[in-house]
Amino acid sequence: MADVVDKVEPVVSVRDLRTYFIHKAEEVRAVDGIDLDVYRGQIVCIVGESGSGKSMTALSLMRLVPKPRGKIVSGKIMFHGVDIMQLSEAEMTKLRGNEISMIFQEPMTALNPVLTIGDQIAEVLVHHRRVGKRETTAKAVEMLQFVGVPRAEQVLREYPHQLSGGMRQRVMIAMAMICEPKVLIADEPTTALDVTIQTQVLQLMRKMRDDFGTSIILITHDLGVVADMADQVIVMYAGQVVESANADALFEEPLHPYTIALLKSVPTIDQETEVLYYIPGSVPDATEFPTGCRFADRCPLAMASCFETAPEVREVRPGHLVRCHLVD
Amino acid sequence: MAEVLLEVEGLKKYFPIQSGLLRRTVGHVKAVDDVSFQLNYGETLGIVGESGCGKSTTGRMLMRVMEPTAGRIVFDGQDLTKLRGKQLKAVRRNFQMVFQDPYASLNPRMSIQDIISEPLVVNGIVTAKQSEPIVVQLLETVGLRARDRFRYPHEFSGGQRQRIGIARALSLHPKLIVADEAVSALDVSIQAQILNLMVSLKSEFNLSYIFISHNLAVVKHISDRIAVMYLGHIVELATKDEFYNHPLHPYSEALLSSVLTPSRKVRRERIILTGDVPNPANPPRGCPFHTRCPKVMQECRVTRPVLRDIRAGHSIACHLHA
Repeated sequence: MADVVDKVEPVVSVRDLRTYFIHKAEEVRAVDGIDLDVYRGQIVCIVGESGSGKSMTALSLMRLVPKPRGKIVSGKIMFHGVDIMQLSEAEMTKLRGNEISMIFQEPMTALNPVLTIGDQIAEVLVHHRRVGKRETTAKAVEMLQFVGVPRAEQVLREYPHQLSGGMRQRVMIAMAMICEPKVLIADEPTTALDVTIQTQVLQLMRKMRDDFGTSIILITHDLGVVADMADQVIVMYAGQVVESANADALFEEPLHPYTIALLKSVPTIDQETEVLYYIPGSVPDATEFPTGCRFADRCPLAMASCFETAPEVREVRPGHLVRCHLVD
Repeated sequence: MAEVLLEVEGLKKYFPIQSGLLRRTVGHVKAVDDVSFQLNYGETLGIVGESGCGKSTTGRMLMRVMEPTAGRIVFDGQDLTKLRGKQLKAVRRNFQMVFQDPYASLNPRMSIQDIISEPLVVNGIVTAKQSEPIVVQLLETVGLRARDRFRYPHEFSGGQRQRIGIARALSLHPKLIVADEAVSALDVSIQAQILNLMVSLKSEFNLSYIFISHNLAVVKHISDRIAVMYLGHIVELATKDEFYNHPLHPYSEALLSSVLTPSRKVRRERIILTGDVPNPANPPRGCPFHTRCPKVMQECRVTRPVLRDIRAGHSIACHLHA
């Protein structure tokens, strides 16, 4: 797995990204200072619960934050050495779907219901590659076959509602991959799918990485998917990264109390427990984060200092970053 | 021998497919096709399967909110399919449902007091005024505060709303609760809270559960027995230990092998099924699973295997184990 990853220079490098939603006097700090490096052929999983800011991080990378309330207020997003925050909207359009692609949780809402599959795939190619009709069709068929869509020629003439959920997700992946982007951002790509279909789609994404060297940013709430797919893991809580490490290290020895608690509260089929571990309380309100650690009031190990000062991210071991006073 | 609370026999639900100007019936979607099982007092039966397998339709028929096409549902000695009107209303309070989406299943214009007391008032057990102490007690039972009864659903998080839904289901002291994907919409840390609550309520209120879910790990945690459904049929029915330690049906094996565990050490040998679940309007001949089965034999394409006991507490519908 690791031999595909080329660690010379990151393909995507994010520093201190902040995305806020501003409405009247209220400021929702959805993403509040994220650092992220993704190397060629690497699968980076961003994991967190609802409201952690993981999806907004993904949309920020594409510069697709919902306007007018949402705004990237600061930070650098470097893609191959270019700061995409400095690009014009026209330059950004050239990048999206071509160099960086995205797939979403619900393929039915992401695909256009009144266009055939063929037309939707063609749109991407015509926009970015200016190729002829015959070539477009040939390329679309080839791509659909690659992602495992049976009777590809026929599917080109069909509409999204005629396909099953798993097939739609394959079509989305085919559309996202047809220009062979360097980075694929996948936001909960298998959450709406059945388990046997999830297995197929995850296997397909791994094949994309192996065959094309695509870097994948996989956003999920499912720690099982993370354990299965990730090279590198980023755990988010309340808009911040609380832990970041190589996947083996993170599952072997998680260090942040939130990561530990999250791992403990997942029921698994390999264990027998009477009472499940759970995290009391709920995620803090993003309009008024506490002054101290954002996890302190739910943390079983919280100390007095946790409520007073916010912890900084520290490199506890080479490549293993933790935001917690306990490791200071 | 434990006492039987619920006995389901040959339950079927066919939805007509209508076509043309005269809306003539041209075929049927066999959502549930010949399902039989028993549930004992105090037992939890987990029903698992993928979308479209008929698990939710089965749950709705048990609740008598959907009319079965055929079959019997004997609850506490009474055949529910024969009851109508007042008689049905009288037994209804004994079985209640908890739904998947805590945002859609609570009326946003009703206070929590009104939501939880509604079943009591509708059934004429108490008046709205008298219900207050009962609501307070129910809220405390599910881990909410007495003063929460004055608030409205939008003021609560997903997990808290699911607690409200459970309090409402408990208000009539039912014998059976059917929970349809009751924790699927919740974050893992909240999911664990609700599962623990459901387990503790079970003994406190002498409940039996039918727990419908696609999540095999969640079902394992809460169930005594497991039924696996595929294309409207039960293909395997076994006690929890039997099912998780010795699954016999090739579909169950594939399902269990697809479950991802949050660990880098547990690596299961994946059985990757090819293709999708067939269209239930046009199911394959023979065994419903034969189009995707890695162990398919000639016989599977011709005759449908029936559910039969293989050993104590374990039955499957598969020609491999005939």
